[in-house]
Amino acid sequence: MIEIEGITKRYDATTVVDEVSMLIEPRTIAVIVGTSGSGKTTLLRMINRLVEPTSGVIKLDGADNRSLPGYELRRSIGYAIQGHGLFPHRTVAQNIATVPVLLGWDKARIKARVEELMTLYQLDLEAFGPRYPHELSGGQQQRVGVARALAAEPNVLLMDEPFGALDPIIRNKAQEDLLAIQKRFGTTIILVTHDMEEAVHMGDKIAVMDAGKLVQYAKPAEILAKPASAFVETLVGASEKPFRLLSLGRVRDAVETGTAEGEAILDDASQRDALAELLWSGRPALPAKGADGKPLGRVTVDGLVKRAARPA
Amino acid sequence: MQVMTVRFDKLGVVIAAIIAYAAFAAPFATFRANRIVPGEARSILDSLPAAVGPLLLAILVIAAIIALLKTPLVLRLAASVIALAALAILIGVAGSFLTPEGNTFARISPASGFWLLIFAFTLLLADVLTRLNLSPWARLGGLVIAALAIGLLLASGSWNSLSILKEYANRADSFWAEGSKHVTLALGSLAAAVVVGLPLGILCHRVDKFRAGVLNVLNIIQTIPSIALFGLLIAPLGWVATHVPGAAALGIRGIGAAPAFLALFLYSLLPVVANTVVGLAGVPRAANDAARGMGMTDRQRLFGVEFPLAFPVILTGIRIVLVQNIGLATIAALIGGGGFGVFVFQGVGQTAMDLVLLGAVPTVAMAFAAAIILDAVIEMTATKRRVETA
Ligand SMILES: Nc1ncnc2c1ncn2[C@@H]1O[C@H](COP(=O)(O)OP(=O)(O)OP(=O)(O)O)[C@@H](O)[C@H]1O
Ligand SMILES: [Mg+2]
Repeated sequence: MIEIEGITKRYDATTVVDEVSMLIEPRTIAVIVGTSGSGKTTLLRMINRLVEPTSGVIKLDGADNRSLPGYELRRSIGYAIQGHGLFPHRTVAQNIATVPVLLGWDKARIKARVEELMTLYQLDLEAFGPRYPHELSGGQQQRVGVARALAAEPNVLLMDEPFGALDPIIRNKAQEDLLAIQKRFGTTIILVTHDMEEAVHMGDKIAVMDAGKLVQYAKPAEILAKPASAFVETLVGASEKPFRLLSLGRVRDAVETGTAEGEAILDDASQRDALAELLWSGRPALPAKGADGKPLGRVTVDGLVKRAARPA
Repeated sequence: MQVMTVRFDKLGVVIAAIIAYAAFAAPFATFRANRIVPGEARSILDSLPAAVGPLLLAILVIAAIIALLKTPLVLRLAASVIALAALAILIGVAGSFLTPEGNTFARISPASGFWLLIFAFTLLLADVLTRLNLSPWARLGGLVIAALAIGLLLASGSWNSLSILKEYANRADSFWAEGSKHVTLALGSLAAAVVVGLPLGILCHRVDKFRAGVLNVLNIIQTIPSIALFGLLIAPLGWVATHVPGAAALGIRGIGAAPAFLALFLYSLLPVVANTVVGLAGVPRAANDAARGMGMTDRQRLFGVEFPLAFPVILTGIRIVLVQNIGLATIAALIGGGGFGVFVFQGVGQTAMDLVLLGAVPTVAMAFAAAIILDAVIEMTATKRRVETA
């Protein structure tokens, strides 16, 4: 659990982070969104004390994060830096091994961990392990940056726009991988992004920052449905909002009784995908089926459109 | 009918012009009845036995044509190497040919034409080597081969009739003694500058307040002419020698090796400190940031990230210092510090050009070799992180 209590950062007269308090439940993902310069990175870096706050307290699992020397604290917290920040003079494998080496793991364990992560991120060990960062594409560099952050199996992971340089397909894959890792190890993640889609998809909760202030911190559905201010509303993107709401729901929650023609859609797919399929194929309804192939009923354009409307 | 287009090599035009002038209009060797009288110039044909002179001219003309036209690099390489080898061997032959039988006073030395030819073909060789883009190891190999060839010529005695070697023969012992003093001065002051300059550079990098001050002081030192700096150091060191117990026993005196060492050390500091600062400042911010973010301590960051990334730049500073020190150490002789400068200044005093050369040639050769070696090392350290480990 991460408790951020009244944290403020001032550089001279400018307040970059202003009295931010938030609580991140263990084993959840909190996503921070906000315009450029709103203080997201600064807030993140106060958690691992790369930046010392002007006032306020941050507690990790109940312990003040100042109770350890900064470098020890940072070894225990995974950090995927904005724009990858790989060491140019170290190979991919050496980069990934950074924190395990600092922690003094034995060679075999480090090697095994590096192999595991490279396999997970689909970086061929033979081909990529001995390469230097400048010999990778931007997306590959970013994946190595994330792998490096995960290397020592941290309980807490700070990620600053980790998927910014990835194309939509790889990004999707990287997001799914991260969710899988998070589920498996119960990691608590704080992720900064500019991408509202990503925020809605990944976040258990979303924190919206504006000019150093935390303007809303709530579940994605609530942020979409009840934006706390005009700023949040714009950020969420009024025109896209219906689709974002739909992307939060699963087909199984929108199933109506009845039948329909054509290829059935899985009940685990998002309602957004269902609506897209309906509009694309020009049909009024689609059959829905469970993972076992059992027919469950149907989803309709009308039903989905109603769900996309602003809740009363 | 086939049209022949003749295309000229830009640098080759200059080289060919120098060769033409040096081979036909400038003297190849100088003959003097004894070591200090003015010399008489001798052309290539006059300096060499009947058949050999025209042979050398032929080699030079062919090599000049190869240099002049756009020709394959291998051909240019062969031309420059063969011409340099022929010149090196034949200047020895000229030495024995021009020395009258049984005369031990006559002095034969290479003249302006010979030096110009050496210069022209070295230029050609350097140009070829640059264009061949040789690996650092190949360049070091070339240096070793050249050194071996010169060593072989020296050992074979084929240059013994040249004046410069006669000067050497008269001072073989002091030549090596001064040589080792020269090297000790140049390398010792460099080592001291690295030991002091690296930490100073790190301090300047970390503490903003220091940087401007330290660099300004070092800059000012750098602008003091070397002879003036030697002079300036005489008084304080003399004072130290008489007032600090034990200092004199350590060899610290107003004149001699101590002020020379100190002056070279002071000159060396600026390049070492400045390059350390520049190198450290050039470390990508993201890399530093990541180092801290991954939980490195300041020391781990310095040795694990900042130093390795700044190293090629720091080495460049060390290269500048080494080449500069080898040259500057010559002046140490002026204040009794020893080194090859001893021969240079004795030679100037006696108007014996060959004695000057006895000091100057090894100095230039050492500076040249130092530059090649360090350039190769710099390239190796800089490319190490770029090579593909297949
Ligand atoms: N070391 C510093 N000194 C002074 N001002 C700083 C410093 N670091 C950040 N700032 C300022 O604080 C503000 C917030 O910066 P921060 O990096 O937290 O923004 P961000 O929300 O992460 O932006 P982006 O989305 O562009 O990454 C910016 O206006 C920035 O200029
Ligand atoms: Mg940022």
